[in-house]
Amino acid sequence: MTELDEGTSIDLGSAPQAPERPPRLTAWGYVRYSWRQLTSMRTALVLLFLVALAAVPGSLLPQHNTNPIRVRDYFIAHPRLAPIFDRRSVSLFDVYSSWWFSATYLLLFISLAGCVIPRAAKHYTAMRARPPAAPRRLERLPESAVLETSLAVDEAAQALRDAVRRTRFRVDLVPELDGAVTVRAEKGFLRETGNLVFHLALLVLLLGVAVGGLFGYKGTVLVVEGDSFVNAAGNYDDFMPGHRFRDSALAPFTLTLEHFAAQYYDSGDKAGTAKRFDATLRWSPRPGAPTRSYDLQVNHPLVMGQTKVYLLGDGYAPEFTVRDDTGKVAFQGPVPFLPQDSQLSSTGVVKVPGAQPQQLGLDALFTPTTRLLQGGVAVSTFPAALAPAVSVVAYRGNLGLESGVPQSVYRLDTSRMTKADRFVLAPGQTHQIGAGKASVTFDGYRMWTNLQVTYDPGKDLALAAAAAMVLGLLLSLRVRRRRVWVRARPAGAGRTVVEMGGLARTDESGFRHEFADLVSRARSVLPAVPTGAAAPTDREE
Amino acid sequence: MAVDLGLATLSDNLFGAALLAYAPAALGFAVEAAFGPRTATASVEAAVEAQSRQLVGAGGPPLAAGPVEPRPTARSTWDRVARVSVGLTILGFLLHAGSILSRGLAAGRIPWGNMTEFISATCLAVVGAYLWLLWREKARFLGAFVLAPVLLSMGLAGTVLYTSVGPVQAVLSTYWLPIHVTAAVVATGIFVLGSTAAMLHLMSLHYEVLVAQGKRVGFSGLARKLPPAETLDRLAQRAIGLGFPIWTFAVIAGAIWAESAWGRYWGWDPKETWAFITWVAYAAYLHARSTAGWRGKAASWIAVAALVCLIFNFFGVNLVITGKHSYAGV
Ligand code: HEM
Repeated sequence: MTELDEGTSIDLGSAPQAPERPPRLTAWGYVRYSWRQLTSMRTALVLLFLVALAAVPGSLLPQHNTNPIRVRDYFIAHPRLAPIFDRRSVSLFDVYSSWWFSATYLLLFISLAGCVIPRAAKHYTAMRARPPAAPRRLERLPESAVLETSLAVDEAAQALRDAVRRTRFRVDLVPELDGAVTVRAEKGFLRETGNLVFHLALLVLLLGVAVGGLFGYKGTVLVVEGDSFVNAAGNYDDFMPGHRFRDSALAPFTLTLEHFAAQYYDSGDKAGTAKRFDATLRWSPRPGAPTRSYDLQVNHPLVMGQTKVYLLGDGYAPEFTVRDDTGKVAFQGPVPFLPQDSQLSSTGVVKVPGAQPQQLGLDALFTPTTRLLQGGVAVSTFPAALAPAVSVVAYRGNLGLESGVPQSVYRLDTSRMTKADRFVLAPGQTHQIGAGKASVTFDGYRMWTNLQVTYDPGKDLALAAAAAMVLGLLLSLRVRRRRVWVRARPAGAGRTVVEMGGLARTDESGFRHEFADLVSRARSVLPAVPTGAAAPTDREE
Repeated sequence: MAVDLGLATLSDNLFGAALLAYAPAALGFAVEAAFGPRTATASVEAAVEAQSRQLVGAGGPPLAAGPVEPRPTARSTWDRVARVSVGLTILGFLLHAGSILSRGLAAGRIPWGNMTEFISATCLAVVGAYLWLLWREKARFLGAFVLAPVLLSMGLAGTVLYTSVGPVQAVLSTYWLPIHVTAAVVATGIFVLGSTAAMLHLMSLHYEVLVAQGKRVGFSGLARKLPPAETLDRLAQRAIGLGFPIWTFAVIAGAIWAESAWGRYWGWDPKETWAFITWVAYAAYLHARSTAGWRGKAASWIAVAALVCLIFNFFGVNLVITGKHSYAGV
């Protein structure tokens, strides 16, 4: 910090200082020395570098929280390296929550706090200080000029003070011992104010991020058309609470997905890409409250205070009725299928553990716009359901559900089953499996959506801090600091000599013009000495 | 919204026409820089050179030149070459702007929704920032250094990375897209210019040192025609100081957009990460400018490193790394 106290244009002590030696004696001295080092500008610079550097590996290696599938691929491709990267001490697949990344930015922010908070206090005093006394010889300043006027010293000084003040300087009028009167003027305090606002806002931003990360949560849930969701941790497919999350943070809302519609471009380059999605929700903020309707779209989350519901994804859930060999309905309902490609060919399985005498399993492909290739293979040629069909492979045998090992609902373990049949169904069609009474009916389909619910109590704070950062930056980088002095001195014979001088404390470019403007303003408020008297002398450097 | 094919073709043609204007302009600037006689700034610089020689003879330190205000010079043939180049640059800028405008009208949306369009718009911002500096700071000497990368990028955008006019995906259609991307485009243009000035500052510095020591100049003789190092340094700081708040705003607007589209304002997606790295690198430059011992050479190296981050974010992240942003389509 100390290196910065003077403006660049009159920077005298900019030679690199030799690092101070730690005082030998006390532990306290050592602490103070370390603190000074940590909060120095040079340390800040080094820490900035380190943070930038530490952020790099996370962008090159797949990360658990953003791309778990590619992390798994990485494990397969690099079986030796991946486990080393994955160790807690290395954490290369969790860079942004790793100890070393956190340590770097925490150090940066401690350094920032230690540097900016004392500076803010100092600035507060400086803000209220009056402009400094004039140097004795104004003509030695980077910009200077001399004028003459017929006004008396006091009147001239007052006129000059008003002229200078009009260009937004803070001014003082100070009589001097030798009968001269000096106008001291300074401007550009907002530069430092802006700088401090920016750096303090940076600290507040981090606070906002931390609050959100600690007390918030994020969860995703798949909801089929017609189904409802009640906000409770156990109802999510995937639930990620912060370290300090409490169940009381869960807003007690319920929602029902009434309808979902996707629209696609049907011609041109982008044929088949999505144009818009609309999920019609009926929701209620708490049990017993009246329900409301909401059209949930990408970019238009449902907002309930700090809790927001987002539309993340969608897919098809074909509906089946499965009868077993006794002729009884053993399964009925929609089954969410997972999209496999951009035309939304989707795969899924139906497990019918209650079928008698043998369990049944279906491995199926849903094609929204179906084209049958030779050999009865179905493919989808468009993502909208223009000609839906399911291609089913039916199995009989043991689903293996009792083994105790949790199974994926999207995969069929066929190791203890035998393939019984394969067939393609259009909506409404039924197919008999083999010779028995067992059959599969493709009743139609519903849509499902993947909803994400986030609760982030730090978000507003972070946003306000971000806005303050931009404002602070604009001030800090645009406002310029200037000092100007004007001295009116009696020169006998009813004349007053006016000396002006000024310097730029930051960004001297353009100061010459500003100063020239000040001089011409001064000239316009001072009546010239009548001709015949001594010739006015203008000296401008 | 249907794509207007007539306007789409007009846009492609204007794009080509802009390239046809930029190319001879770049050539003109380059030839003038390489072979032309010294212009105003260079003649001041020649005085610096002569003086430094004397100082070395007298055992004095190398001279640090003060800021130079270029003066108008007599019109030589070379000066005319440069003036024609400026004229062509302005013409190219207008054609280029027309190309972007007609693309937007053809697609019925803001014309920076994919890589081709993003490059085109950024190049327009770079040329625009150059014309701004030309007007404010008489920085004509930057011409060749600015137009060469612009030509290269636009050449790539028009060929390898070309995408025809079309609508954008659902997630991209929100008003935060134009706000976020426009700010990013403008800041990128200004940063490219600022870092280029920093790069030239290093060249000029190197050249001045060689001259002051009376050593053979060799390759860095390229810097002979440049203004004094200090002018370039000031130019770099002005540009980066202007670009930094805009970039900050762009990152924040991006976070707001991400919050409404993906349910989180920051997720360390590769594009976000590199935008952050670029931001930190330019902040480091601004800090280095006010840290004793880092001003000058070290600071300018940081500005160059920051440009590398910026370019990597622009090309590398879209083409090499897969992240959420890659669905904007190459
Ligand atoms: C993420 C971290 C940081 C960012 C993005 C950042 C950014 C900036 C920016 C943009 C400026 C304006 C430069 C100018 O006026 O030309 C600045 C100035 C400054 N920063 Fe930081 N800063 C950070 C951390 C720090 C830290 C840790 C310290 C303290 C050790 C610090 C101390 C300062 C000081 C003293 C100035 C004023 C320089 C001057 O008077 O010209 N900054 N910072």
